[in-house]
Amino acid sequence: MTAEQRARSLGVHLVLVAYSLLAVGPILLVVMNSFKVRSAIFGSPLTPPDASTFSLVGYEKVFRSSHILTYYSNSLIVTLVSMALVLLFGAMAAWALTEYRFRGSTALALFLSIGIMVPIRLGSVAILNMMRSAGLNDTLTALVLVYVAQGLPMSIFILSEFIQQIPRDLRDAARCDGVPETRIFFEVVAPLLRPAIATVAVFTIVPIWNDLWFPLILTSSDSTHTVTLGVQQFLGQYITDWNSVLAALSMAILPVVIIYVILSRQLIAGLTSGAVK
Amino acid sequence: MAESVSNITAQMPRAKLAGLLLFFLGPAVVIYTLFSIYPLVATMALSTYTSDPSGARFFVGLANFETLLGDALWSKPFWNALGNNLIFFAVHMCMQNPIGIALAGLLSLPGLRLKGFYRTVMFLPTMLSVVIVGFSWNLILSPLWGVAAGALKSVGLGSLFAPWLGLESSALVTLSLISVWQFVGIPMMLIYAALLNIPEELIDAARVDGLGQFRIFFHIKLPLVLPTISLVSVLTFVANFNAFDLIYSVKGALAGPNFATDILGTFFYRTFFGNQLQLGNPTMGSAVATVMFFIILVGLCLYLFLVQRRIRRYV
Repeated sequence: MTAEQRARSLGVHLVLVAYSLLAVGPILLVVMNSFKVRSAIFGSPLTPPDASTFSLVGYEKVFRSSHILTYYSNSLIVTLVSMALVLLFGAMAAWALTEYRFRGSTALALFLSIGIMVPIRLGSVAILNMMRSAGLNDTLTALVLVYVAQGLPMSIFILSEFIQQIPRDLRDAARCDGVPETRIFFEVVAPLLRPAIATVAVFTIVPIWNDLWFPLILTSSDSTHTVTLGVQQFLGQYITDWNSVLAALSMAILPVVIIYVILSRQLIAGLTSGAVK
Repeated sequence: MAESVSNITAQMPRAKLAGLLLFFLGPAVVIYTLFSIYPLVATMALSTYTSDPSGARFFVGLANFETLLGDALWSKPFWNALGNNLIFFAVHMCMQNPIGIALAGLLSLPGLRLKGFYRTVMFLPTMLSVVIVGFSWNLILSPLWGVAAGALKSVGLGSLFAPWLGLESSALVTLSLISVWQFVGIPMMLIYAALLNIPEELIDAARVDGLGQFRIFFHIKLPLVLPTISLVSVLTFVANFNAFDLIYSVKGALAGPNFATDILGTFFYRTFFGNQLQLGNPTMGSAVATVMFFIILVGLCLYLFLVQRRIRRYV
């Protein structure tokens, strides 16, 4: 490497490090200060907690004054059930659309892809009316139904691309042996979709876990709130109690960061392999 | 897609095929139609009705839209929200795309070390809830905490600090920049992926011709990733004209100060649900949602007919 090349590479790294700091700095700042006593939050916001400033008082308050564990379990239930249904129904629909020839299949594929671009949120007025008249208002079921409808178009789109790449001989060999179509799908095709499923799962989980709108309009009691809505309301009420606010923010951030760090390789592979184009 | 269908499935008896389609497509089509397409259509239908205090509904045709666009009480907040939404979108286009392109360009430089680490870190904010991001920045920019003021002071720019989120003149742009900070990971990743897909030989040829990295990027790579940039732009457009969470969590339903940060999403929420100042109005709410739908539709059509078509000619 010449001196000039070295200088250029150093410059590139400087820019990237600076931007990385800008990206995680605010998050680190919030998480770090959530573990400090109030005086240290204001006195020395930029230093990590040490023995004299460490405190969990904010977390204690959050646990005592909110239903944070209920919110977590609601978010988990809604996200996992929605994800499972999106993957199952999405893979089944993608299989039928790519594998069978029938009249109107192109029109149906187009119909199903409207939801990729048009936000379902714009139908909120009617969704709320429907849920009320079906008696599903203020239930987690209502959220699951909406999120499954929201996640299906993208998952069908991505999974169709993957199913097309599976060699046709594999399916036809099974057919010649007289294996029924449903078993071909569940026992031959579905296991081969595993890498795609991880990508679809991330694309499904993140918007559901982070959504504020539908919990806000569809759930009204503490027992059905999700983390995002619960934390939002908690923050609104306790905005002057900095320990609690920082702790509540950190508790909403940390699980996402942990999941992200575990899945980031898969997610980035999915993004960069052109799963979404 | 027809070529991928095997002969065996093509020769299937009709009844059997119908049964299979019902089994495989049924659940997805039913849920999607019931909870996505039907509500959109029903909301549009509802926008042509009005209701009296007893809850009875009357068909009024396009009267709600006349009220929304013509009546001073409605049209002022509507045009304000639409204008703000355009500013919100413009800030995204001017900041998010260039920063995303620059970061993607740096990340795709040959032989760069630690690129996996940078990618992971820079994409992290995109994964977080908008609510969390909004509140975190609210605290950081708060004059009470003094972190932002202190940071500016430490580089000698202390006099520049102002409570940006609280001022009518700067609140909207500040919120837009917070949103840019969060979502810059999306253009970065998609453009990065597109850059990686450019054939090696093309770049090598340019290098042999004596072009530097900088010129290779601007003259060869950038034109080739234009389709991705326009796709990112249309995704940003849809997301921006449907945005709500950030403004609501930082500024509340009234989108203060003095509606300076009101966008269509918050205006829709207020119209539909009401707030301290007014009662919720589902039929007018539907009208607002319908207008938002058509704005997004027009944007999508412009993209499909003007941009997408021109790109096809390229490749």
